[in-house]
Amino acid sequence: MSDARPHTVRLELTDEPGELLNALRPIAENGGNLLSIYHERGNLTPRGRIPVEVDLECLPERFSGIVEALKAEGITVIQAGEEQYAEEVSVVLVGPLIETDLSDTLRWFEECANLSVLDLSLSAPEDDRPSARLRLAAHAGGVSDALARVRELADEKGLLVIEPQLDRETAA
Amino acid sequence: MKLAIVGVGAVGRSVLDLAREYGHSVTAIADSESAAVDSAGLDPERVIARKDDEGRVGSRVPEEALKSEYDVLIEATPTTLGDAEPGFSHVTRALERDRHVVLANKGPIAERYGEIRRAERASAGEIRFEATVGGAIPAISTIEDFGPEHITAARGVLNGTANFILTRMAAEGLDYDHVLAEAQDLGVAEANPSFDVQGTDAALKCVIMANVLSGGEREFTLADAEVEGIEDVPGSALSLASEDGRTVRLIGEATRDGVRVGPRLIPENGTLAVSGTRNIVQFETTHAGRLNISGRGAGGPETATAVLSDVGRLE
Repeated sequence: MSDARPHTVRLELTDEPGELLNALRPIAENGGNLLSIYHERGNLTPRGRIPVEVDLECLPERFSGIVEALKAEGITVIQAGEEQYAEEVSVVLVGPLIETDLSDTLRWFEECANLSVLDLSLSAPEDDRPSARLRLAAHAGGVSDALARVRELADEKGLLVIEPQLDRETAA
Repeated sequence: MKLAIVGVGAVGRSVLDLAREYGHSVTAIADSESAAVDSAGLDPERVIARKDDEGRVGSRVPEEALKSEYDVLIEATPTTLGDAEPGFSHVTRALERDRHVVLANKGPIAERYGEIRRAERASAGEIRFEATVGGAIPAISTIEDFGPEHITAARGVLNGTANFILTRMAAEGLDYDHVLAEAQDLGVAEANPSFDVQGTDAALKCVIMANVLSGGEREFTLADAEVEGIEDVPGSALSLASEDGRTVRLIGEATRDGVRVGPRLIPENGTLAVSGTRNIVQFETTHAGRLNISGRGAGGPETATAVLSDVGRLE
């Protein structure tokens, strides 16, 4: 399962015997590997159901099949998605951003599985080299990988990367 | 202690000037062409006056200073890369005579650390090099005091020229060339600033810290460092950083795994964002969190202070 990715699914179950098992079977049967189940029995939703949070991992292409199978079983799926992006990081890129096609650069980021561009600010004064500040979101613990990808892109396009100094620091 | 100084730049002159205050006497001094030797102790003012008037410190040849009777050799010749000569030979020859050596010259420690340490092991003399990193900031002795195994990383702003340029660019919205010219007028940057603005100087300091951190398990030289300078940082990058509450500084980082130097985004009001020519060294410790030491990272009296502290540690 080296390409498997963690996902979190939030379900709402009716308080009936066997309901939890009914919810887990479609996951296992569709290529999901259960990591943890958080069954909040004492905590009912406004609709009187029991919220359950399931962490699982599966190959990216299997995930939608798992969600479909849950729905087919009549299970209410509240939220399904890849693990939330947990860390934000800003970088500044300097150099021929426009000549090397800015939209191509953005597309490149979109194709990175563990990385997403939250926003981009461009400064391109007439008399100086242009810079772009990108705010990136990465998975928990994925910031150094994200920066490695940024360096890769910068090498390819002849850009200078101004990386963030990684360790968070407190104000003096 | 009797000190012999090689190198009569800002650091060598300041050591000559301040040695007496620290209870030492300078019995020999040499520049590349000449030397003065007096076992009873040289008169600093006379030596400096002669150097300024005639371009020579005395009527002897440098070799006589190197062969004279002294306790500690102060190696303050300009930093050279690669074979790190003539500094390297000055150090090894002193160690062969079982003398101590205190270096302000980064070359031998950054480029030939292993050889220097081997020569030290075969000698009754010791080497010390606090002055090679961060001027008056006690970076090396802090690593030694904590023990290298209790420090996981050392990073910081280690070049005052680059820091001055980035600070001015951010504060005034000026471009690199403009601020560089200003820094040259003020004497903050040299006529050829490449050693500072290309990150080489900061990288050498980090290489030295990486060598001390690894405790000889792995030897680092400048060639092992990943170095990016500040010449290509435009004003637009600084203004984008500032919109986000950040600024750009040339940050060097040393760990047991290697050395990286480059322009980095840091919080505008954060600890590492020192202004002007100020330096800062930040240590990550295993049990005591983060330790920051900032201060003057260059200059004759500042660096001489570190040299003379090292001499004190040898007593």
